[in-house]
Order: sequence, then structure tokens, then C-alpha cells
Amino acid sequence: MYGGGYIHDDQKKKTDSIAEDPALLAEFEARIARGEKIEPRDWMPTEYRRQLIRMIEQHAHSEIIGALPEGTWITRAPGFRRKLALMAKVQDEVGHAQLLYSAAETLGKSREDMINDLINGKSKYSNVFNYPSKTWADVAVIGFLIDAAAIVNQVANSKGSYGPYCRALERICYEESFHLKQGHSIFVYLATGTPTQRAMVQDALNRWWQPIMHFFGPSDKMSQHTETLMRWKVKMASNDDMRQQFLNMYVPKIREVGITIPDPNLHKNPETNMWEFTEPDWNEFYEVIKGNGPCNAERLAVRRAAEDNGAWVRDALRKADQQYVTPLA
Amino acid sequence: MKIKSLDPRVSRLELDVVDKQPDAVLHVQDHWETYQVFHQRKRGEKHSSVGIVHAPSAEMALVFAKEQYGRRGETVNMWIVNTRDVLAMDYDDYDVFATTPDKMYRDPAGYKVNDKIAEFKKSNLHV
Repeated sequence: MYGGGYIHDDQKKKTDSIAEDPALLAEFEARIARGEKIEPRDWMPTEYRRQLIRMIEQHAHSEIIGALPEGTWITRAPGFRRKLALMAKVQDEVGHAQLLYSAAETLGKSREDMINDLINGKSKYSNVFNYPSKTWADVAVIGFLIDAAAIVNQVANSKGSYGPYCRALERICYEESFHLKQGHSIFVYLATGTPTQRAMVQDALNRWWQPIMHFFGPSDKMSQHTETLMRWKVKMASNDDMRQQFLNMYVPKIREVGITIPDPNLHKNPETNMWEFTEPDWNEFYEVIKGNGPCNAERLAVRRAAEDNGAWVRDALRKADQQYVTPLA
Repeated sequence: MKIKSLDPRVSRLELDVVDKQPDAVLHVQDHWETYQVFHQRKRGEKHSSVGIVHAPSAEMALVFAKEQYGRRGETVNMWIVNTRDVLAMDYDDYDVFATTPDKMYRDPAGYKVNDKIAEFKKSNLHV
């Protein structure tokens, strides 16, 4: 999982005015235009570095926080096979966080700083993980649809310009395809099961549909400053394009097992070939970003407790002659 | 105020709701150093650089690397190298190699004699 299309940015104005060396900038842009990758110790514009750190860091936080709503169901998974699969998936998500943190580290921000910013509420993560996972069917919806949405975004980003991020995403996408399959499997078993099971998965989709529609972020009409990021291949696809692609691929897979999408206006316009839908509540979206979602406080408190409770172990293992070096790739 | 969670394990921790911007929890190097990981998929294949792990020692780095880079597919061996011990070339120095692909005298494709042979065979010199 779990990089959404929406990347929170409240520092934008501060760096907008930084003047870059025009010759270096031209060389940098030409390299990207030729399809070459940028590597950690290359010259890069301040804004490129800042945007990438922000994006990769938020992606990493989403992975590590995303492990929480699903991890809660490991002890209550229905059967040993499902339990093994869910443990493997949750472990993958934490592993993805580590891969992404290390990609962001190559840009000069330490992992400790990133985690501090996460647990102090300064740095954001995907909004979807601020919603509770009430039943086992939530595991199905998260694993199937939120991972699917994340794959749409990550496959696009893996074609981006920054080498370490692309390499991390290639590995991540490969593992995500297992997550999607296991989520789809649970979804199908519930949807084709008893009336109680069907009702459970329908209820879960009803609760998750709006967060899923939020996942790719507001419409491109509402969000600015994507042009430079697109030219620099930091952002590879627009929010609307990714949402359309997701709906194209997954609406049929939901409907084929008789589950109803809780939006009576959702349909594909035969003339434009585009999906039309009820706009989700964007005020709620921004409220959750601000920290007022149903589970924001719990997620950060749990993450903070994990760091606090692990401190003595990390301390005991530390050696006096250690010296931090920014990773090479 | 304590966190009330749907997950009884979280509720049992009796975690406080964290107010605005508490102090940093982690300090520099609380997550140790980094080690580069090299992974060999099959006997006979080469070890390839696959990424890093944070670890307090090479031994622990190997333990973490097995979890992080050996969870899928085949693995027969791994190497760990402290990032500090890697001497890397600067990307700006790549021009040292810029003309290497042009050095056709180092390449089997740089040697074409079939035309000569064909010409010779047609000539009177060929008996």
C-alpha cells in the first residue's frame, strides 16, 4: 500500500521563490526529459528535493500506520490460512515503510526525523487509515480496494524520475499484488457466502466507499501546482486520471459478486467514457487531515507507544562507535 | 484522556491522547547506522545490491536483511556491508567513461573481415 494521490503540503509558499542556477536546472530538466533517472548525489532543485521527501515520507508513514487497522484483526482472523496471510501482509506493509524511509533518507532527512514528524502530527499519511476497521469484512475491503487504489498510484509513480523511489516501488508493487489477491479472495468468499456474510461485506463497503473516493485526492480542478511536478516526473498521473482508472478496473469486480456501491449516481457516461459520481464530502477529507478523523489520535498514540516501548531495546544494542552515513541508493 | 479503541489490546495499553506537538521521541541515530544488503538468488548467480537496513551491528543487520529482503522467492546467500565502508564514485565523474562505448577496438563487433574475404575469393589471387 498506500501512497494516495493526495500529498499534504503546507510549506509550499516558503520554497516557491528559491532561484536555481539556470544552467544546472536546464541540465537537470534535460536529463529527466531524456527519461534518465536522478540519483541521490546528483544536483537537484531545492523544490524537487523537498517535494520528493514530503511525498516519499508521507507514503512511508501511510505504510507503517496502514499496518494498524489491519493488524488489529490478526488475532481474530477466521482460520489459520487467513491468519498467516494477514500476518504476511501486515509484515510487508512495515517492510514497505522501511524501503520508503530509506529512499527518503537518500535525500537527506534521517529516519528518526521522519518518525518524529509522524508521531508529533507534523507529517501526514493517507487519510484512509484514520477510519476504524470494525469487522473482518473491513480487512477484505482494505486489502482488496485500498491496496488496489494504492497500486494504481504506485505503478504510475514507479515510472517517475527519482531512482531510489522507483526501485523501492518496483519491489513494493510486486508484493502489493499478493495483498490485492488475498483481499479479493476474502471479499469474494464473504460476498458469495451466507446472508450474514454478504451483509457484513456490504456494510464494510458502505463505510469505506467515501474514504476510497477521497484516496486519490481532490479533483485536479481543485488542486494547483501539479505542472512542474509532472514535468519533473515527481507526480506521474493526475488525481482524476487515477480515480477513473481505479473505477474502470474495480467497479465491475465489486458488482460481479452482487455487492452494491453506495452511490446511486455512479455510472459511466457512454459519451465521454468517463465515470460520473457523487462528489465525496471534501470538508470531511480536510478535517481528517487536520487530525479530526475518528482514529487519528489512536493511530499516533499507538505509533508513539511503539517507539517509546522499543527505546530500551534500541539503546541496549547501540554501540559507541556508530556513525550515521546517508545511504547510497 | 485515555484512548478507547475497538481493539482491546490497544485499550489495555491505556494510552494518553497526545496533545499538540510533544517533544521529539527519537534522537539522532536512535535507529542506528545503515548497512547495504547484497542478495544472491541462486548458486552461481551474482550477489546484487537490494537496499539497506538500519541495524546496530553487522550481525543484526543480517538478521533484519533476512526478514526484509528474503521474504519472497529464492535466496541462497546475503552479504552485509556497512554503508560507511563503501567508497562510491561521484556521478559527475561519469565522463571518464563517456567514450568507452566508442572504443570499438575493445569489442568483437569492431572486427569485420567478411568483405575482405569475399573480395579475396573473387579475385585472381584466390586459387
